Amino acid sequence: MTVQELNLQLNDEGFLVDGDQWSPEAAEALAEAEGISLNDKHWNVITFCREDAAQQGTPPGLRRISKLSGVNMKELYQLFPKGPGKLAAKISGLPKPQGCI
Amino acid sequence: MSTTTVEPRTETTAAPEAPARKPIEHLSVICSKGSLDMAYPGLILANAARMTGIDATLFFTFWGLDVVTESKIDHLHVPTVGNPAMHMPTMLGGLPGMETLASTMMKKEMEKLDIPPVREMIEILSDSGAKLYACRMAMDMFKRTEKDLVPQVDGVLNAMDFFDVSAGAQVLFI
Repeated sequence: MTVQELNLQLNDEGFLVDGDQWSPEAAEALAEAEGISLNDKHWNVITFCREDAAQQGTPPGLRRISKLSGVNMKELYQLFPKGPGKLAAKISGLPKPQGCI
Repeated sequence: MSTTTVEPRTETTAAPEAPARKPIEHLSVICSKGSLDMAYPGLILANAARMTGIDATLFFTFWGLDVVTESKIDHLHVPTVGNPAMHMPTMLGGLPGMETLASTMMKKEMEKLDIPPVREMIEILSDSGAKLYACRMAMDMFKRTEKDLVPQVDGVLNAMDFFDVSAGAQVLFI
């Protein structure tokens, strides 16, 4: 399923407008639009990001993800070569992180 | 009684087409300062570039060399004399202990914002794939060898080499 087929509403930067539209299929579609095919490591990151955002009320920054998700900084860059700072949150259906780190 | 209706403004002419802006693909930062407050901007910007998929190169020159020097990296200070942002009389800034106080305070504030210490910033940058280089001339001037530098430094370059590794980059001097 693609972003179009799932009728996902995206903002200018490609983030979901309505977080409730997120589903595992949506994650696959959002990832595919960025040229990424999701593996188990990606899912570790996505699961952590969604749980952490639900608890903290704000999407986690990259340093937080690398310290708490079990996926280290180097791996994060391998998983999301075009920039894990935005992509981890985007594919997790969260808004763009506000922090600088 | 007359009513006036305000017509919604309609655009009669289309806005001129904005010229296409090319995204930045490579950022090259010259880090020339060795104080704590001036070390962070370059490191944070380069890291932000990597986080959003932009290549990043850092060149540590002159006092900036301290930022990647093993014996200095954990002991960078905030200058309290001649720093107009301190908002204190210069003579007070010169009192013993003031620099330590200001540096401790800044480190505490950075920690509150979840900004890591300089050594961890350098590790994060290296893990992110950013390239870190030390300046040959500064190394000679301060009598340092590669053994004096943190292991994340990818090499020692002269100014001409710097331009080679900065190919296609936006260059930022800090």
